[in-house]
Amino acid sequence: MQGKGIRAIRGGGLNPGARYWIWYILPALAVYVLFMAYPMIDSVRLSLYEGTTGARTFVGTDNYVRLFTDEVISKRFWGAFRNTWVFFAYHMLLQNALGMLFAVILTNRTMRGRAFYQTVIFIPCTIAVMVTGYLFKLLLNPQFGGYALKDMGLAFLAKPWLGDKDTALNVVSLVSVWQWVGIPTMMFVAGLQGISEDLLEAADIEGCNSWQTFVHIRLPLILPVVGMIAILTFVSNFNAFDIIYAMETPNGAPDYSTDLIGSLFYRYGIAGEHPVGIPLPGVGAAISTSVFMMLLLGVVPMLRATQGKE
Amino acid sequence: MASEKKTKSLRIANLHIPSHLLMAFWTLIVSFPVYLLIINSLKTKKAIYNNPFGIPAEWTLGNYTSVVQGGNFFQYFGNSTTVVVVSLFMILLLGSLAAYALAHWRSKMSKALYFFFLLGMMLPIKIATIRLLELMKVFQLFNSLWSLFLVYIAMGLPTAVFILTEFVHGLPKDLYEAAYIDGAKRLKIYYSIVLPLIKPALATVAIYNLVPIWNDLWFPLIFITQEDKKTVLLAVTRLQGQYATDWPRVFALLTLSALPVITLYLTMSKQFVAGLTAGAVKG
Repeated sequence: MQGKGIRAIRGGGLNPGARYWIWYILPALAVYVLFMAYPMIDSVRLSLYEGTTGARTFVGTDNYVRLFTDEVISKRFWGAFRNTWVFFAYHMLLQNALGMLFAVILTNRTMRGRAFYQTVIFIPCTIAVMVTGYLFKLLLNPQFGGYALKDMGLAFLAKPWLGDKDTALNVVSLVSVWQWVGIPTMMFVAGLQGISEDLLEAADIEGCNSWQTFVHIRLPLILPVVGMIAILTFVSNFNAFDIIYAMETPNGAPDYSTDLIGSLFYRYGIAGEHPVGIPLPGVGAAISTSVFMMLLLGVVPMLRATQGKE
Repeated sequence: MASEKKTKSLRIANLHIPSHLLMAFWTLIVSFPVYLLIINSLKTKKAIYNNPFGIPAEWTLGNYTSVVQGGNFFQYFGNSTTVVVVSLFMILLLGSLAAYALAHWRSKMSKALYFFFLLGMMLPIKIATIRLLELMKVFQLFNSLWSLFLVYIAMGLPTAVFILTEFVHGLPKDLYEAAYIDGAKRLKIYYSIVLPLIKPALATVAIYNLVPIWNDLWFPLIFITQEDKKTVLLAVTRLQGQYATDWPRVFALLTLSALPVITLYLTMSKQFVAGLTAGAVKG
């Protein structure tokens, strides 16, 4: 018996262990399959049906046809789709670039106060999106600072930022960038700290300026981290919901100008779309399936391109 | 002469003036809204309109007492705490058991299972919500904290399995072999050798999951409608509507709900940063 045990542990290829080890994996596997993998895959099937449990009928690709061509639904879908890309662009271009800049500053060994700045940058990441959303909703309300701003000669700041179709999505995106910039910052810091000091010193002696060092040494070396952050940003933006719910209601007010895929999914699949108020689980499942496909299409190539070494 | 000039310019470069300016600017951008949040929760209802940015002329804690007394604030806190504690405990238990097996059992099947778990790190569980909602109704878990436990455990397992398996892998093999020769059983090795050694990784996993679970709105919003089962965040959505015209009270409510995590973060920021960025940066 003992001999067998040692072999199981040491013995790579031989595998008398399955019978034993599977019991250690089974509890985790059961919860993971039942409450994550299965519902995710089954949502794809649901997108071919109409109605809920009990009264469900097969309708083929009807839900997709409605989603992409129905006059109202498709208008909402493509609107939310477009807004989600704008929201994504803010995070990808502004948030992640800022994060990179902060990280380069925070990994400079001769800079003082790094720990303090690092702590500050990360504080918003620990606050619930809901709380941030409600907070900024109040602060940006022209009634909040209106009088005081007028007295200071800054009346132009007291505008209904969140009620104006032209500014709402931009402002919401900026609030989200404010909140989340700490995540890429910390990941870039972790990545940059892994770069050997000798390499940077050698570059310094060779006369590289800091921009050259960044482009030719730091950036290529942390490319896997850059890829990881790109993926995380992509996935979380197609998931964003709380910030819209808190700042602009689940309807993506004003006039659907801040409606994201996340809020659209919530309305059609779960809460029911105004004014009918009855959810269409089939259409909701079609939305989530489309997102699922898009994430797979986006994530797999990104993984391949940047995480090649494994 | 030349070298003196160089050291002087180096000394100036080492002051990093532009960097400090930028960092100071961002510190201001981060702290101003947080300052407004706290300072305005300590003002009276009228004072906020006349003096939204300054410190209050008359300090009051009345907003806090009324928030705590109105609504079942302790109950909401209790529910949120229960959800976090139970989910974290189960994620760590199930995750470490699976990781122990996956790190030791070398076969095609274990590899396949490992990758199956890792897939979950890339795919957001929200996609599955419609089906999950029906499942919860079938299992009669709608309006029960169990619906939240189960979803959060499933959601936390992929990263837990990833981080813990890597960690168990890194442990020296001699430890187990000695124990095996002494005749220890697998389960005994798990709790007497593996568990104590992977404590740092368990802490990372716990923190990685703690903040998103405490701060989650989506699942409570969909699974919980009953008042006595609501979490803090869910209560915030309702109360902020109810207090809509009483801004200092809303500020107090928001401060109260954000306080636990911020306090925890400020007391152990190092572990937080390590935990929240884990899983993204390999090895």
